[in-house]
Amino acid sequence: MLKLKNISKSYKGFALADISLEINKGDYFVLLGNSGSGKSLLLELIAGLINANSGEIHLNNKNITNSKIQKRNIGLVFQDYALFPHLTVRNNLLFPIRKNKNKAEKAIKIAELLNITNLLERFPEKLSGGEAQRVALGRTLITNPEILLLDEPLSSLDVQLRGGLRHLLKKINRQGQTIVHVTHDYDEAIALASRVAVIDNGKIIQVGDTESVFKNPSSEFIANFIGLKNFFKSVLHTNNGKSFVLINNSTKICLLSDKKDGEGFVMIRSEDIFVYDKYTESSALNNFEGIIRDAVPSRLGIEISVETPLIFWVLITKESFERMNLGEGKKVWISFKASAVKFLKT
Amino acid sequence: MKQSLFNNITLLFSGLIILFIVGPLLSMFISTSGIDLFETAKDTDVQDSIFLTLKVSFITTFVFAFFAIPFSYFLARYEFPLKKIVQGIIDLPVVIPHSAAGIAILGFISRDSTLGKFSGLFSFDIVGSPLAIGIAMAFVSVPFLINSARDGFANVSVRLEKAAYTLGASQIRTFFTISIPLAWKNILSGFIMMFARGMSEFGAVIIVAYHPMVTPVLIYEYFGAYGLKYARPVSVIFVTVSLVFFVLLRSISDRKKNVEA
Repeated sequence: MLKLKNISKSYKGFALADISLEINKGDYFVLLGNSGSGKSLLLELIAGLINANSGEIHLNNKNITNSKIQKRNIGLVFQDYALFPHLTVRNNLLFPIRKNKNKAEKAIKIAELLNITNLLERFPEKLSGGEAQRVALGRTLITNPEILLLDEPLSSLDVQLRGGLRHLLKKINRQGQTIVHVTHDYDEAIALASRVAVIDNGKIIQVGDTESVFKNPSSEFIANFIGLKNFFKSVLHTNNGKSFVLINNSTKICLLSDKKDGEGFVMIRSEDIFVYDKYTESSALNNFEGIIRDAVPSRLGIEISVETPLIFWVLITKESFERMNLGEGKKVWISFKASAVKFLKT
Repeated sequence: MKQSLFNNITLLFSGLIILFIVGPLLSMFISTSGIDLFETAKDTDVQDSIFLTLKVSFITTFVFAFFAIPFSYFLARYEFPLKKIVQGIIDLPVVIPHSAAGIAILGFISRDSTLGKFSGLFSFDIVGSPLAIGIAMAFVSVPFLINSARDGFANVSVRLEKAAYTLGASQIRTFFTISIPLAWKNILSGFIMMFARGMSEFGAVIIVAYHPMVTPVLIYEYFGAYGLKYARPVSVIFVTVSLVFFVLLRSISDRKKNVEA
């Protein structure tokens, strides 16, 4: 278990303030924050590349605050991979293990896991972004790190590669590897994380399991940053080529998806939902009757929550709100298209 | 129109500069007859001096590289108070007259100096020995190695070294397996420059060791004693040997893959 206790650090005009975190063995922990929020700095502190001004870091009940980088048993995959340009992929992979008789054997095993066996004799400059990422990951995994730190591992890959690497990271985590993953992309957090911490301006502003953080943003910053209120844990089903998700095993929402059946999260942006005062026939497949429970003025209009009994948040203009004479307790119909529903598999 | 006039003038000036360098050398080569060259090449004094010059310069460069390379790394990686002054001190030998450098070294190694007295205990006189030649050569040439190696290390990304640390490598192992290989081209080029500069040193060497005679001193002596006709073939041979070594070492260092860190 990794414990950060009241870590503070000023670095090049930027400050991390009083960071406390607990990361359990086997967690897939995602640190979510904008660029400049201090998330990469936090990773470097954990890895020991820089030292904190105050506070303590404990790994498995051992104080490693001032331990040498080499003695921490923490692996870090850099955002730019940091592969050694003068060594082949094989020698990059073998760099961490010296004078070890099963060297080659172990490298081959890792190479197979990462599907890079055909690249072993190449130099890093001849690798694509995805390949370099997998080599960097392999090189770190060979050290058997207690904690694997990943700095924006998917950000420089194109969409197709991302899916593959996400799958791989999840597989590695399922084999028991504790992972701390830094990103600015909430899709990644939802798809991968077992727990999430949101970091802004050098401070941790919310920590919790994925669902609770996304569903109950503790501050406006998180709500705006994530931009999600209609966020539900769900199970995807496909029947005769039609996809739908079941939420709480009762509410059925239709969507367009090419993903395989399984668990995940659905998201519907509040501005994609229409409000009617009665049932209205349209091309939209998702129609629910509900009662307005709340109406909150927001930066762009008014957000109303509709209990169907599942609660949906709907963003409407002030003009519509007044024209339709909406208010708490009023019965309405809400409606949204299947194409407005986004599903992220976990 | 103006643009092309400017281009033509630049071209003309460039040509003049090249001619200025190549001209004297070329005329020296042309005005030296094959027979003179052949006779001079057979002269054992000439052979011995060339061999001595190459040997001492190479050993000096090699020995100083052990100290200079870690020092260059230190200069490239760390900030410390008075760093600019330290950098200035390194460049000092390049700007002071080499005869003055020779005088300074002579005071340092003569029989009356601490070092001279110490070597006297083993009845060894540094002045007039190959050791004195090496010291004089190193004094004037080591800045070339330090500056070039420092630039090489500065170009190696600190991230790569940090990555090596996170993979469990010690600082020493990282220095030898990551930093040096990635800065290799600059280190080797600095090595060649130091070797070449040491080999051609005259001013500092002649003051600390007239004998045994390195080739630049031999050329000077032949010129003083016998005149231009005798000094010229030695010069031609030595310039040729220098060029061969220079081109050879350069081509080796160029063949090394230029790794951008």
